[in-house]
Amino acid sequence: MGFQMLVPFGPWNWLFLLVALRCGGASSDLSESTNSSAQHELNVRFAAAGSEPAETVSVFALDYDYVQIPYEVTLWILLASLAKIGFHVYHPLPGLMPESCLLVLVGALVGAIIFGTDHKSPPVMDSSIYFLYLLPPIVLEGGYFMPTRPFFENIGSILWWAGLGALINAFGIGLSDVNLLQNLLFGSLISAVDPVAVLAVFEEARVNEQLYMMIFGEALLNDGISVVLYNILIAFTKMHKFEDIEPVDILAGCARFVIVGCGGVFFGVIFGFISAFITRFTQNISAIEPLIVFMFSYLSYLAAETLYLSGILAITACAVTMKKYVEENVSQTSYTTIKYFMKMLSSVSETLIFIFMGVSTIGKNHEWNWAFVCFTLAFCQIWRAISVFALFYISNQFRTFPFSIKDHFSLAFLLPLSLFPRKKMFVTATLVVIYFTVFIQGITIGPLVRYLDVRKTNKKESINEELHTRLMDHLKAGIEDVCGQWSHYQVRDKFKKFDHKYLRKILIRENLPKSSIVSLYKKLEMKQAIEMAETGILSSTAFSIPHQAQRIQENKRLSPEDVESMRDILTHNMYQVRQRTLSYNKYNLKPQTSEKQAKEILIRRQNTFRESTRKGHSLPWGRTAGTKNIRYLSFPYSHPQPAGGDVRAAEFTGNLHP
Amino acid sequence: MALCGKVSKENFNNIPDLELNPIRSKIVRAFFDNRNLRKGPSGLADEINFEDFLTIMSYFRPIDTTMDEEQVQLCRKEKLRFLFHMYDSDSDGRITLEEYRNVVEELLSGNPHIEKESARSIADGAMMEAASVCVGRMEPDQVYEGITFDDFLKIWQGIDIETKMHVRFLNMETIALCH
Repeated sequence: MGFQMLVPFGPWNWLFLLVALRCGGASSDLSESTNSSAQHELNVRFAAAGSEPAETVSVFALDYDYVQIPYEVTLWILLASLAKIGFHVYHPLPGLMPESCLLVLVGALVGAIIFGTDHKSPPVMDSSIYFLYLLPPIVLEGGYFMPTRPFFENIGSILWWAGLGALINAFGIGLSDVNLLQNLLFGSLISAVDPVAVLAVFEEARVNEQLYMMIFGEALLNDGISVVLYNILIAFTKMHKFEDIEPVDILAGCARFVIVGCGGVFFGVIFGFISAFITRFTQNISAIEPLIVFMFSYLSYLAAETLYLSGILAITACAVTMKKYVEENVSQTSYTTIKYFMKMLSSVSETLIFIFMGVSTIGKNHEWNWAFVCFTLAFCQIWRAISVFALFYISNQFRTFPFSIKDHFSLAFLLPLSLFPRKKMFVTATLVVIYFTVFIQGITIGPLVRYLDVRKTNKKESINEELHTRLMDHLKAGIEDVCGQWSHYQVRDKFKKFDHKYLRKILIRENLPKSSIVSLYKKLEMKQAIEMAETGILSSTAFSIPHQAQRIQENKRLSPEDVESMRDILTHNMYQVRQRTLSYNKYNLKPQTSEKQAKEILIRRQNTFRESTRKGHSLPWGRTAGTKNIRYLSFPYSHPQPAGGDVRAAEFTGNLHP
Repeated sequence: MALCGKVSKENFNNIPDLELNPIRSKIVRAFFDNRNLRKGPSGLADEINFEDFLTIMSYFRPIDTTMDEEQVQLCRKEKLRFLFHMYDSDSDGRITLEEYRNVVEELLSGNPHIEKESARSIADGAMMEAASVCVGRMEPDQVYEGITFDDFLKIWQGIDIETKMHVRFLNMETIALCH
C-alpha cells in the first residue's frame, strides 16, 4: 500500500530528458514518419474507397496503421497495470523495492521489444505532449491530496530549503566541470529532487510529519525553481559571449524568478476561486462537477504556461485553493469520482512516462563517457549532502523544533535526484543516475530508514486527538495574545476569520460554519454505523437481513431456531453497545436490563446524530424502505427526515468508499 | 497590566484578541490555577506576580535538543499535566464526562449553528473512545469514572506534544530578568 501513488514527481522531471532527446532530431524524424504515414494511410483509405472494379470484396482485411498509436499506447498501459498487479500479488516484492523500479523495468522491456523488432515507436513522447498532457495530472494529484496544514506550518523551512537548496546544488554540480554554462544548465536540472520512492517509503515507514512535509514541499516547489533557472541559463547561453552577461542580467534573472513563482501561484489561486464559485450552483447537474474541477485546474496550468509562468505551481495552488470549497459544494459521489479519476489519470501518466524512459534507454542515442557519468553521480551526492547539512544548520537556528542529525542524514542520502540532459552524453549520464536512484536508492531506503531509526509518527484518526489539537491551537493563540507575540498561529487565525466572514459566504453553497471536530465526529460515527450495519445489528422487529447473513445462510429458509439465534446475537451485541454507553454515563442513565431500553438508547443516539446532520449534510437514513439505491453520503440531497422512528439503517445497500 | 506588580483576572479581560478565543475562560483560569503555579493541589489564586506568570509560561518552552531522553520525558509530562489541569476544572484528578462536555461545548461555542446536542454527542463519543483506549474491553458492570492522568498520558502517547505545545520566544532575556 505504501508504495502506491504518492505523487510521482520523479518521472515528470526525468522526462525533461525527453525534451532533449526529441529536440535532438529524433523528433523530426519521427514526426516526419508520422506525417508521412498519416498521409499514406489517408491515401490508402481513399484508394480503397475508390477501388478498382476488378477487385473482389474482401471478407477479411487488416489495417494496423489506422489504430497503431492508440492501440500501442493502450497496450503499454495495460502491460504496466498487469505488472503492477503481479507485483502486489507476489508478496516478497513490495517489501524489497518500490513500485517505480518495477515500472522502469517494464519500460525497459517494452523498449527492448520495440528496438528488437525495429518498430517505429509511436511518437507519444513529444515534448509538447509531455508538457501538455502527461505532466499536469501528476502534479494535480499531488497538489490535491497534499495535507495543507502541515505544509503551511512548515512553509518557511520548505521555501528556504527548496529555493536555496536547488540553487546551491545547481551551481555546485554545474561548476564542477569544465564547460561552465553548459554544465550550469545541466546542474540546474540535476538538482531537482525526485522524491517519489522516498515519499512512498517514508509513508510506509511512517516517519515523522516534519520530515515528510519537508520532502513533499520541496518536491512541489522545486519545479518552479528549476524551470526558471533553466530558462534563465538558456537565455544566457543565447547571448553567445560570456562577457555579455552583466550584473543587470543576473538581477533580471532573479526578478524573473520571483515573478514566475508568484505569478504561477496567483493564477492558480484565481482559477481555484472561480471554480469554487461555479460549483456553488451545480447542485442539479452534479455530473459536471468533476469536469469543472479538472478543466479549471488544467486551464490554470495552460494559462500560466502561456505567460511563461510556472504552470506547475499554478496547478498546485489551484488544487489547494479549490479543494477546501469544492469539497463542501459537490455531492459525495462527485467527490469520490474526482478523487479516483485523479488517481487514475496520474497513474496512467506515470506509466507512460516510465515506458518511455525504458524505450529511450534501449535506443541508439547514447554516448558513453565514464568520467562524466561517474563524476556526475558523485557530485550529485556530495553536493546534496553539503547543501542539506549547511542549509539545515542555518534554518535550525530559526526553527523552534529543529531537525535532528538523523533527519539530516536521511534527507541527504535517501533522496534521489532527477535530471535533465542536454546532449547525448548528458542523456546517458542522466539515465544512469536515474537508474541508480530508482534502483539502488529505492531499494536501500527501507532498510536505511529502519537502521537510522528515524523518528516515527503515529497517526490515528480519533476524536480525542482532534479535540486536543483544537484545544491546543486555541491555547497557543491565547498564550501568544497574552504575550503580545505574533506567530504563524495568529496568521492562521486571522486567515480563518477572513475566510469565514467573506470567502465562505461567496464560495460555498449552503454556508454552515464547519467545525473540524464535528466533521470528524460525523465521519467516525458513520464508520461505526457502517460496521454495525454490516454485522447486522441494527434491526428492530422486522428482519431486513443484510446480505452477509443471507449468504451465510446459503439462501435456505430460516428455521425458527435460526431466527432465535439471530435474535440472540443481535441482543447480545446491542447489549454490549448499551454497556459501552452506560459505563461512563452514570449520570444520565440508570442501569437497566431490558433489551428494549437498550435499543432505545441506541436509537436515541442515532436520532441525535441524525438531527445534527440534518441541515445540509443529511444522510438519507430516513428514506422509505424499498428504495433500492440508497447511497449514503450523497450530500446535498437534503430530504426531509421522518421524525424519529425506526432505525432504517439496515436498509443500506450502497457501497461506500471510506 | 497593573503597576503594583500583581495581575488579577480582570486584567486579562483587557487583552483584545483574547476576547475572540473560545476557550478564553479556561486559559485565564489556567494562569491562576494553584496546581499550575505549584502552590497547592487545588483552588485559584486571586492574583499572580511576574514570577508566577513566568512559571506558567515555562510550560510552553520549546524542547531543547541538548536535553537527554529523560528530561524530554519530564518536559512532556509537565506539558501534559498543564493540559490535564485545563480539562479537570474541579481538581479531583479525573476528567469526568461533565467536564469533557464542558470543554467540547466551549470549543464549539464559536460556531452558532452547532447545537448543544451535537456537542454532547461528540463529547460522549470522545469519552467512549478514551475509555476504549484506556481500559480496553469493559465488563458490563464496569463503570468508567473518568480519565485519570495516566489514562490521559496513554491517549497522548502517539501524539507529538513537543511540536505543538510551544511558543516561539525569540527573546529569551526576559527569563533572566526575574532574578
